[in-house]
Order: sequence, then C-alpha cells, then structure tokens
Amino acid sequence: MARIQLKNLAKSYGSVEVLRNINLDIRDGEFVVLVGPSGCGKSTLLRMIAGLEPITAGDFEIDDKRMNDVRPRDRDIAMVFQSYALYPHMDVARNMGFSMEIRGDSAELRKSRVTEVGKTLGLNSLLQRLPKELSGGQRQRVAMGRAIIRDPRAFLFDEPLSNLDAALRVEMRLEIARLHQKLSATMIYVTHDQVEALTLADRIVVLDNGNVQQVGSPLDLYEQPANKFVAQFIGSPTMNVVPVSPAKGGVTLANGLFLSTPHLADTSEAFELGIRPEHIDVVADDGQCLTAVADVVEHLGSDTNIYALVDGLGPMMVRVHGNIATKSGDRFGLRLRAPNAHIFGSDGRALARAISRAA
Amino acid sequence: MIFTQIQRPAMTLGKYAAILFYLTFALFPLYWLLKIAVTPDRLIYSDGTRVWPSEFTLSNFSAVLFQTDFLSYFSNSLVVSLGTAGLTTIFAAGAGYAFSRFNFGGKKIIIAVMLITQMFPLLMIIAPIYKVVASLGLLNSLTSLIIVYTAFNIPFATFLMQSFFDGIPKDLEEAAMMDGCSRFQALRKVILPLTLPGLGATLGFVFTAAWSELLFALMLISKNDTMTFPVGLLTFVSKFSVDWGQMMAAGVLALVPSCLFFIFIQRYLVQGLTSGAVKG
Repeated sequence: MARIQLKNLAKSYGSVEVLRNINLDIRDGEFVVLVGPSGCGKSTLLRMIAGLEPITAGDFEIDDKRMNDVRPRDRDIAMVFQSYALYPHMDVARNMGFSMEIRGDSAELRKSRVTEVGKTLGLNSLLQRLPKELSGGQRQRVAMGRAIIRDPRAFLFDEPLSNLDAALRVEMRLEIARLHQKLSATMIYVTHDQVEALTLADRIVVLDNGNVQQVGSPLDLYEQPANKFVAQFIGSPTMNVVPVSPAKGGVTLANGLFLSTPHLADTSEAFELGIRPEHIDVVADDGQCLTAVADVVEHLGSDTNIYALVDGLGPMMVRVHGNIATKSGDRFGLRLRAPNAHIFGSDGRALARAISRAA
Repeated sequence: MIFTQIQRPAMTLGKYAAILFYLTFALFPLYWLLKIAVTPDRLIYSDGTRVWPSEFTLSNFSAVLFQTDFLSYFSNSLVVSLGTAGLTTIFAAGAGYAFSRFNFGGKKIIIAVMLITQMFPLLMIIAPIYKVVASLGLLNSLTSLIIVYTAFNIPFATFLMQSFFDGIPKDLEEAAMMDGCSRFQALRKVILPLTLPGLGATLGFVFTAAWSELLFALMLISKNDTMTFPVGLLTFVSKFSVDWGQMMAAGVLALVPSCLFFIFIQRYLVQGLTSGAVKG
C-alpha cells in the first residue's frame, strides 16, 4: 500500500499547458476521486501517475521515493481503463493472470490466484471465455480482476463505469466501494460523474482548466464550495446563481428583497448568490417572500422538481422533498434558507464564512 | 440487430444475376487457361471456341514438368517471392508500428518521400536500377531481384501495416505495460498476435506482386538457370511458333502456389480478431 504525493506537478504539450501546480498528498488507503468536466486534464493527471504520460515539471513520489522517471511496469500500480483494454486473444483466466505470467509466476500459482480473485468477482464460470463473449459488466469485472490479482501498491481507475448502462453502473459502483473497504488500498479514480465522486470518495479533487479548484470531502464540497465553479459542479440539480448587491448584514437581491446572512463575515464584495434547489422552500405568499410561477414540474416520487420563473430574478430550480400538488402555471411564494446561501465575489470565489459548518 | 427484410423476388433474382455475371466475367480467363491446357495441341485451332475440348489430355502438363526447365523457373520464383514477402513484411511491420505509435522528427517527411517513390512509373527507373545492380555484380542473381522487389514493395506494405496497427487500440499496449511488460514484450505478446491478419494480408500481397513481376526480372536476368517463372514463360514463345498448350499448362501450375498461399493465410485474413478488446 502506498502514500502518493504530487508536488507542483505540471504537464504541457509543446506550448499548451494542460495541468499546472498540482499539489496533492494522498494518504495510504485513501480513495481519491479526480472530477471535472471533459478536457480539464483529469485523465492526463491519472496517466502521469500511471507512467503512461511523461511529467513535464514537478515531483511525483510514492512512499517518499521520486518516481517521475520510473517505467510504468516498475511503479507497481494497476490501472482499470475506460475501454477495459482486455486482451482479445486471451481467455478471461489468462487476461487476469497476465501480469503474473509476465512476472514469471508458475502456472499453478497463477491458477489458484485467478480462481481466488475470480470467486470474489463472480467470474469463475467465465474463465475459459474470450472477452468478445462477455457482456459489458462482465468485461468490467475482468478488468478489475486483472488489477486486483497483482495486489498492487495503488489502483487507478479511468472512468471505469462510463461505458455501462445506468443500472449496471450503480451496481458496479457499489462493488468498487466494497472492494475498497475490503482491500483498503490506495485508489485514485477519475470520473466526470459527480454522483460517482460523491458516493465513492474519501476526498474529491475538483479540476477545471488544468487547475485544482478544491480538494475536500464530499460534504465539504457540497456545503462549503470554494468557488462558483465547484458550487455549480457538485450537487444535482445544479445550484441556482443569481446576481446580488452588498448590503449591511446581508445582500440585496435584484428584485429588492433583503436577505440576512449572519453566517458570512463580510458581504461588502458580494456579487452573486448561490442557493441549492433543495434549500428553497415553497411557502404561501405573505408579501415578504419571492413570488414565482411554475414553468415545468417534475414529479419524481421522492422529490418534486419545480422549474420556477421568479418575479424579478428569472428562472430558478426548486426541489421539494416529497410529492406536492403544484402543477405548471401555479403561482406560489418561495423562501430562501439564508444560512444555506453561498455568496460569491466578482472573481467567483466564495466569501469567507464567519463560523464553520456547525452553524 | 434484428430487422425484417421484405423479400422481393425480382430484386433477389437481379442480385444473383449480377453476381453470376461478375463471377463469369472474372473467372472466364482462368477457365480458358485450364481448357487450353488440357486440349491436345493438334486440336487447339480445330476445336475453336468449343467450351470443352473434344479430347482430354494431360500431356501438356507432363511435357512442361519433365521436358522443360519449368521446375527450375518455378523454384527460382518461389525463392524470390518468399524472400521478398518475408523481408518486406518484417521491414514494413517495424516501420508501420513506428509510424502508428511514435511521434518523431521528420516523420511527415519520411511518409511524403515514401509516397513519392510510388508516383513514378517503373519504366523510368529501370535503366538506373540496371546500372546499380550491374556495378554491384549482382546481375543474373536471385538476390538482386529480392532486393529490388523488397525496396519497391516496402512503402505500400508499410502503409498497409500502419493502418492495421492503427486499428489496434493503444489502451491494449498501455494495459500490458501496466501489467509489467516492456514495450517490446507488449508488442510481442499483445500487439503481434492481433496483427496476424495484417501480416497475412501484407505477406499475400507482396508474394503475389513478386510472383508475377516481369519487367525487372526480364531486365536483370538473362541466364536460363536464374530465370523466374514469368520470364521462363516467354521461352514457350519460339521464333516460329507459340506452344500454347504447354504455356497454359505452365500457367495453371504457376497458379498453384498462389492458391496454396492464400488458403494458408486466409484464416489470418478474417476480420474481427480484435473484437471484445474494448467496448463495442
């Protein structure tokens, strides 16, 4: 098992800088998820850790040993590819045991190890099949088996679930979580799916445009996003953002309504307000709240999503727990839960909080 | 995918008629080759355009095999073609892999130069080639033919191999390297087995090209004992007559190795060997 450190890591292709100043200290046994929109450099970062992509600048260390120039085969890291990358001319057993074959382990040892790992993944009835005779989920499992069998120092996952259908994705997500509990190995996982990030990670690293935007636990990112990008990237449906102007002890919305924000130290730089759909309450119009008309209403059973057109503010998404009777065209009042409001400056950074999360 | 196809008898009939027409058109010369080969010499003109000769004989074949130098031509051709196919494929596989996987300085220039070599008609460079081969003292040797054929086939074969390597996902090599392979091990254990169809196609292509090449063989070889088969075939044309029967029999025999070769490699030509590697 391993501690992985990235110190000022950077990557450029010619004059194009894709990653800069990446600093990350991944503890032994930690599950870290790199998340971000496509093209943010998260896969490149993973491939640099794997050794498949040369590092332009900075230091990459495993257990305090600099590994920048160590070949992939000598880093003792296993990787699960998005495409699975199973060897098409080898059956499942040989695919899984390939690393042991290369290492020169005896056929007997290979067989017992393959059966052992195959058992945990439910693959033992498929060992003689070729990859083309497997379903997507089975291929995914073989790819994971191939990684597990080596007992590597760390696991890398490059969007491993993106080729699966929704139901299978949930199932495999659980399996990966279980795997992490069982092996307690260091895992680095790349995804663009924030649900995967929130459910699997000990810590999430949000990347955008080659920069680390924020590093933190899933709840940290949800409750205290460092900036507007993270705020809007994490959470589903997306956080509403509306313009505000500073006021004493709070902010003033575009329609003139004052919102008191005692949880913030100073609102003099307030530029925008972010509020998650689940932090807006539907209330009876008492003259003191926002008023809105429902544009589209989605009944999900457990929740109701209302796309509301708020008077003086524009469209906002509201999520109400449970099933309510609102339908398209209805008018109602809305109240923002002020303690859950995020205020961003004109540079997109979240304004400092007066008290921590407990408030 | 499941879909229902509406059967239209006229369409089906038309399709088969078109296929039949094409096959007849393509295979008729081969049939005629065979027909003349089994027709006794004295009947060649009197039988005219009869579809099957009135008398059947194998004497042309025995004459070709035992009374001419055909066997020597044949083995010369075999040596030249196999040598060329083997050498070309080795070079082309190496070059094709490099073009497919690596970025290096001058890559574009090298590709452009290789394309340019394919632009000129062979006739233009026959004289310089002759001069080069002559001053190397390689005239009338099979080696000279192998060298010249290899040189001329490498560019096309390289592009062919490159496209086969391009078709193999890079992920597979990277997975192999993560699994502990060096690049060369990954090439040997993962990429090479998947490239067999490509190697087969390249071998087959170069073999047939070398097997039927006439121009250079005619220029560089003048001695009977190093003649290849296409040159040897010309010896059936004498000053006063053409020995049609024996010529055709030799032609039929010359088809044999090509056929055998393709039967041998056809299993590597079947597509779909890489299916199941990645999502698909």
